[in-house]
Amino acid sequence: MSEFTFLFRGRDYFASPEQRQKHTEKWVAWFKALGDKGHIKDMGRPLEAAGKVVRGDKGNVQDGPYAEAKDLIGGYTLIEAANLDEAVELSKGCPIFDVGGAVEVRPVQALNVQYQELKA
Amino acid sequence: MELSDHLFRREAGRMIAALTRIFGVHNLGLAEDVVQEAFCRAAEVWKFRGVPDNPSAWLMATAKNCALDALRRQRTARSYAPELGRYLESEWTRASIIEEQFGANAIRDDLLRMMFSCCHPRLAEEAQVALILHILCGFSVGEIAGAFVSSRAAIEKRITRAKAVLAQSKKLFDVAAAAEVAARLPAVQRALYLLFNEGYHGACAETAIRAELCREAMRLTAELLAHPLGRTPASYALAALMALDAARLQARADEAGALLSLIDQDRTQWDQELIGEGLKLLELSAAGADLTAYHVEAAIAAQHARAASVEETDWATIVELYETLSAIRPSPIVALNRAIAIGQRDGPERGLDAIAAIDGADRLAAYPFYPAARGEMELARGEKDAAAEHFRAALALARNPSERRFLQRRVEACASSLGEREKSRG
Repeated sequence: MSEFTFLFRGRDYFASPEQRQKHTEKWVAWFKALGDKGHIKDMGRPLEAAGKVVRGDKGNVQDGPYAEAKDLIGGYTLIEAANLDEAVELSKGCPIFDVGGAVEVRPVQALNVQYQELKA
Repeated sequence: MELSDHLFRREAGRMIAALTRIFGVHNLGLAEDVVQEAFCRAAEVWKFRGVPDNPSAWLMATAKNCALDALRRQRTARSYAPELGRYLESEWTRASIIEEQFGANAIRDDLLRMMFSCCHPRLAEEAQVALILHILCGFSVGEIAGAFVSSRAAIEKRITRAKAVLAQSKKLFDVAAAAEVAARLPAVQRALYLLFNEGYHGACAETAIRAELCREAMRLTAELLAHPLGRTPASYALAALMALDAARLQARADEAGALLSLIDQDRTQWDQELIGEGLKLLELSAAGADLTAYHVEAAIAAQHARAASVEETDWATIVELYETLSAIRPSPIVALNRAIAIGQRDGPERGLDAIAAIDGADRLAAYPFYPAARGEMELARGEKDAAAEHFRAALALARNPSERRFLQRRVEACASSLGEREKSRG
């Protein structure tokens, strides 16, 4: 098994509470199904939309990130899958696609054996 | 833990009512933004962690925090609710005031305050209903437009205007003032009645949406009954009427979604629990000297609900009740229903006479069940050609697929040698 992160990109907007409830229920069901199949290593957390970006050697601090809503990372989850293909497959039911968002699937780099031995 | 059906919708109304009390009715927009934010924040966490044990409490806590943030961001608290502004300006008292406003009793009052505020005398009835749906039931403009079979733009305009009127009123309606409550209560009852009717008889094709309108009307009526000043015989009668009608809601359409008339409904599908509740409410409505149209309509619904079949229905009593209703609130639709009841009591010829005698029948020109009623009576006395003609005229007036299918079948029933109903009864 290897580890992957799902980075959830895109923020949702709903005209009515009813629509938001339906969407939230979908997420809850999707996460639960992933967990039941043993794919969730760490559920992760949602991220606040606002924050600061620190950049450059002078450590400039800016408000932000002002990414477009569809690119903004709204949260992350650490999952376990046999390989990248499976991880991608697992991401496919994510309700974020219903609201024009995206899931970025990124393999977590495996620690190499020598490093682990050194540490020990 | 799963979310109960329409929880967000219900909580939206409660949150907006409490927040409008805090921010002032002229800051309705801010209250709406805070509700959006609270939903967004709560839902973000629930997506990852699952739904908490008490989602309502979680939402309210989130709304309180968002309200505090909003107050901190805008340092002009005095421009908020005039009576609370002083406390909202100080960091020391702010949190406790907000806590107080979100208490269970305060929210119940807030909800009622908002309901009464929405029924402002300067607003037309349809604007009141749209505003209630939007603010207290969390319906989006698109959802209201769908439910009322109206254009988005028209509903948008109606709601924007209504909100402007509301904002100008500066203060929310005072639900502690008995005289004012009594004066506006009929308007509130009327708006809830119209909301229910839109769901029950309305033109919207989707059964699910119509059932939701009925459910929302019943929920708000229950809120009215929960308040000592709203708990009047007329409110009980209104609630009884809704329960007795809603009991038949499921049976009013077949699997294909076609409308079924009272005669063709499978009475075993009627919701006996709701009927029992309706009859109990009707008893409670009997106090006092006032006989309102709601009382009479509920009594008619009770007659149908009690009858095991069309034949066993007490049509004589129903005719009398329609006559009482005509005296209280005359309308060609009431007269048409009376004529139909007369047809059942005295036979189709008498029914046709009663239809011919309807005052202001021109106002029924676009109502499909006016020619349809004639069709039924012609069919009942064996005049198939005349019946078919009436049903075809009704079909041309059908407002949605469900009515169309129903009337199409009635046209076809005239063509067969025996009426469809007689055949199916064997």
